[in-house]
Amino acid sequence: MSTLHTVNKSPFERSAFSSALNHLKPGDAVLMIEDGVVGARKGSAFAGLLESAAKSCAIYVLEPDLAARGMGETDVIQGANLVDYGGFVDLVTTHQRTQAWL
Amino acid sequence: MADDAQQQVKKSFMYVNRKAPYGTIYALEALEVVLISAAFEQDVSLAFLDDGVFQLVKGQNTAGIGMKNFSPTFKALGDYEIRQLYVERESLEERGLTSEDLMEITWEDEEDDYAKKPSIRIVSRMELTEVMAQQDVLLNF
Repeated sequence: MSTLHTVNKSPFERSAFSSALNHLKPGDAVLMIEDGVVGARKGSAFAGLLESAAKSCAIYVLEPDLAARGMGETDVIQGANLVDYGGFVDLVTTHQRTQAWL
Repeated sequence: MADDAQQQVKKSFMYVNRKAPYGTIYALEALEVVLISAAFEQDVSLAFLDDGVFQLVKGQNTAGIGMKNFSPTFKALGDYEIRQLYVERESLEERGLTSEDLMEITWEDEEDDYAKKPSIRIVSRMELTEVMAQQDVLLNF
């Protein structure tokens, strides 16, 4: 019965990221896409929040969006999983519903 | 046959509103989609959180900004069998609002001599999370 939450806005600009994290249930997944990927950057002001969410939820980052912004696997918090577009589709199909925070 | 098909695809839809009205088109667009969805006989509810709670504040007057005040439309939702408007308590409190600041939105209960019953339910963030997790479809605006 779990939910896939997508976040497509930077937490430095909008509250979508914080709202998504505030409405997670254990076992849910968070996928960061578009400008949302900057919220996964390790050492950022939001890294701590994401790391605590990662204890009960799976965290995914869309690799092409990360690469487009000059970042890669070593730039994101530990525990975040990189996925490609195929992985995005898999996440949608393996969760009950998707909530697209924007 | 059409009736059977409709019954089989009846799903719960929640429209999640997180933006204040007028600054962007999100709030008005959400309301338009909600009204369209009412025609499809689905189980529809609305959630208001973050700045979305400002959509329900009473006394909106848009005369000075040249835009249509669409807030009275919320009061018509009951006629479309949309009776569940969840408002997140924490979002109200963060913005210095209480339930007293919100419009009165009701629906008429045919089975109770058309008594007017409140459509707005103030719920905690945790309660709202639970309600969201029970939906078939979540649409964010």
